[in-house]
Amino acid sequence: MQVGLQHYLVVSAILFATGLLGVIMRRNLLVMYMSLELMLNSANLALVAFSRFSPDGQNGLDGQVLVFFIITVAAAEVSVGLALIVALFRRRQSAHVEDLTSMKL
Amino acid sequence: MSNYMGLPDILFYVFAALTLLCGLLVVANPFSRSPVTSAMFLVLTIISMACLFVLLHAFFLAAVQIIVYAGAVMVLFVFVIMLLNLKEEERRRIKTFGLVAGLLSVGAILTIFIKSIFGACDSSCCTLPLGTVAAPTVEGDTHALGMLLYTQYTLPFEVISILLLVAMIGVITLSKKDLK
Repeated sequence: MQVGLQHYLVVSAILFATGLLGVIMRRNLLVMYMSLELMLNSANLALVAFSRFSPDGQNGLDGQVLVFFIITVAAAEVSVGLALIVALFRRRQSAHVEDLTSMKL
Repeated sequence: MSNYMGLPDILFYVFAALTLLCGLLVVANPFSRSPVTSAMFLVLTIISMACLFVLLHAFFLAAVQIIVYAGAVMVLFVFVIMLLNLKEEERRRIKTFGLVAGLLSVGAILTIFIKSIFGACDSSCCTLPLGTVAAPTVEGDTHALGMLLYTQYTLPFEVISILLLVAMIGVITLSKKDLK
């Protein structure tokens, strides 16, 4: 069976679901953050697949430009998020979400 | 012709399986719960996803993916893990409610995704076989991508650079010793 757009989209969907499962289930802040990266990457895969399989007459590079921007934003987001985690760890000595409940009602 | 499986198709299955397996091992590794293991499997996921990008003829993005993600972001992750000096995570009991709710919502979202993918593709607009897509040039789309980035997408490109500057200042402020 020839590989088409659907194959890539299914891979992307499963990867997104895996990342979502990690964010919900894992309680370690760093691992949750890595799962977040997984979700961003699955969106990138879907966008690149769409740009590859865009109809004739368009070169379909807009999707790749979008992926380029997403990678940049993800890098900025990772740096800020990890700095926040380090600052939090300095005050609380823990990177575990169940220890961080002081804003709970 | 439809049953013929060329080398790119085989490679797709190999790298898709590798991506999904390593992605699953990032989230739920039965042997180790250390964040370092998760980070290493995330590197493997990213590299095999770069291979999928190559199969999709996005050579520039594959290179960027490896340089930025596997090179910069994952080094940052590993560095922070080292800095925090996390002890081997003691096995806390996973709450049954959280597990059930998580699996339920993930299953629901996955069902919606798969259903919409196969529902939308009945209209035959997105089932283009690879043959009907214009053959890429040898050097790839890097030149065209650069042209697009500096003509049509100049403003977003500049805004992104400001975003990076803001992120840099934010990180420097956050990591000062006496954070109020």
